[in-house]
Amino acid sequence: MRYIEPHGHMVSRTTDDYIDMATAGCHAVCEPAFWAGFDRSSPQGFYDYFCQLTEHEPKRAAKFGLAHFTWLCINPKESEDVKLAEEVVAIIPKFLDRPNVLGIGEIGLNKNSRNELKVLELHIDLAARTNQMILVHTPHLEDKLKGTRLIVDAIKSDKRIQPERVIIDHVEEHTIEIPLDAGFWAGMTLYPESKCTAARAVDMIEMYGGERLWMNSACDWGVSVPLAVPYAALEMKRRGHAPEVIDRMIYQNPVRFLSQSPKFKLPKA
Amino acid sequence: MTRQQVLDLYFMEARAKVIDLSAFIDRVERATGQEDFRMAAFRTALGELGKTQPQKARNVLLALSDPTIEPIPAAITKAACGAWPGKSS
Repeated sequence: MRYIEPHGHMVSRTTDDYIDMATAGCHAVCEPAFWAGFDRSSPQGFYDYFCQLTEHEPKRAAKFGLAHFTWLCINPKESEDVKLAEEVVAIIPKFLDRPNVLGIGEIGLNKNSRNELKVLELHIDLAARTNQMILVHTPHLEDKLKGTRLIVDAIKSDKRIQPERVIIDHVEEHTIEIPLDAGFWAGMTLYPESKCTAARAVDMIEMYGGERLWMNSACDWGVSVPLAVPYAALEMKRRGHAPEVIDRMIYQNPVRFLSQSPKFKLPKA
Repeated sequence: MTRQQVLDLYFMEARAKVIDLSAFIDRVERATGQEDFRMAAFRTALGELGKTQPQKARNVLLALSDPTIEPIPAAITKAACGAWPGKSS
């Protein structure tokens, strides 16, 4: 089996997780910038984090033969402070030329507030001005439906953005049609408690066809499973999906979306 | 997959989950004090399971979701609680 982990917060994971992922057939991991579990107090904190994502983490992954890519932003959970967000967005262009940066992400909304929306629009504008792809975080639990609608409307209203270069992540049964109908890609996050189980993700693949879908673990410092993608592949196998269908979902689809960035290149096998 | 195959693969797991749900409701009802909006939303969501329409997972999620469309004035917390309190938070 081969697979891509298209969304994993590896700065929060141990080296043992890299070993397990490489052993399970992972070829590359993509790491969007996210909330560290506490609020950073200054743009300098983000500068250091972006250095970690573009300098240190790729070296750590490479020790186990894994390619490492990243997406940069200030996460929606830290977007209520618009002044801080503006200062962070201003330093992102310094990093966009780095070899493992695929785009802007994971941007989006958390509690669906006016300030969060303002900061989302700043990021969309940055992506449009610099021709970057976009990876979107949708809110949690009761806030997801409303947030997904607001996010899709905000991105669609910027005509410079090509929908096929945007992925709306963390979709569930009540939100999956919103990005797909608008021409975006959609990501299903496999969590043990919130978001989506492997069985539900495979249900959605069967219902919606899997043309513009991927699955990810979004493993981070919380309750999450770094091997969630290969476990979902096992779930597909249990249901009798052919190996080529499984490969399309866990390898070819992420490669197809991510290869829209010329920087997404996998190490030769 | 045939319906028989789905049952063979998933029935025991679903059986365990429905017993867990039942035990959770018993536990809440044995406890003292008032229920809050989360349990009310939970009971509404449970009502979706007995209906004959398809897409029960989607409808359960909708029953637990904020249906409004306007951004809230400000985020005063980062956390979500799993059910909509019935007014913009």
